[in-house]
Amino acid sequence: MRENVVIRTISRISVPFIQVFALYVIVHGAVGAGGGFQGGVAFAASFILMFIAFGLSGVEKRLGKKWLMVYSIIGIAIYAGIGFLCLAAGGNYLEYGAIESAVGVAHLHGYLIDAVEMGIGITVMAVMVSIISDVMDRDGESP
Amino acid sequence: MMNTLASIFVVIGLFFMVVGALGLIRLPDFYTRVHASGKCDTMGEGMMLLGFILYEGTSLIAVKMFLLVLFIFITSPTAVHAIMNVAHTCGTEPWKIGDERR
Repeated sequence: MRENVVIRTISRISVPFIQVFALYVIVHGAVGAGGGFQGGVAFAASFILMFIAFGLSGVEKRLGKKWLMVYSIIGIAIYAGIGFLCLAAGGNYLEYGAIESAVGVAHLHGYLIDAVEMGIGITVMAVMVSIISDVMDRDGESP
Repeated sequence: MMNTLASIFVVIGLFFMVVGALGLIRLPDFYTRVHASGKCDTMGEGMMLLGFILYEGTSLIAVKMFLLVLFIFITSPTAVHAIMNVAHTCGTEPWKIGDERR
């Protein structure tokens, strides 16, 4: 299984497309179906495919446990930071219109929604991948 | 004309779907059943989506469906191959004539 050339080649081809589709779902979430959670799960699915095709050690060289934790904190910090910025601008939590009227830039709330969705997506991706890498079999060695 | 061609493609896809479902019920062991259900994914869905593309004409939706056909044709046989490979590694014996159905 670990040395299967068919699975490795096809995952190498399809992983970039899955990741682009995940970003599309995240950005599309403001105007239609999709959103941060769904896009984050799709992004995590590409890493899970890499876990299956290349094994745990191959992926963890590029996306280590420490960085997964850092990414999950960055995502939730973006989300909470924009929420509290709205509070600071005089609105409710995540009331983007407050920042838009305070700064005076037109259509700013659209970008803020996208930024919040990105934060959710980063957190969901990192947590999903860390759950899978915890659950997966490590050939007897402890994590 | 295009609608007739589209319905022909959809009917071909439905035929593969029915064959796949029949094989999933009737065939005797794991390998043959996975082989049958693989036909559902690749040929059935692919042919039906080709029919939908012909029905839709040139539009963004048709392009999206063409991409779907492309990726299903690439990834679905690979998934079947992966499942078969794991079963073979775990030592599942293929069915032979005279064996019991599993």
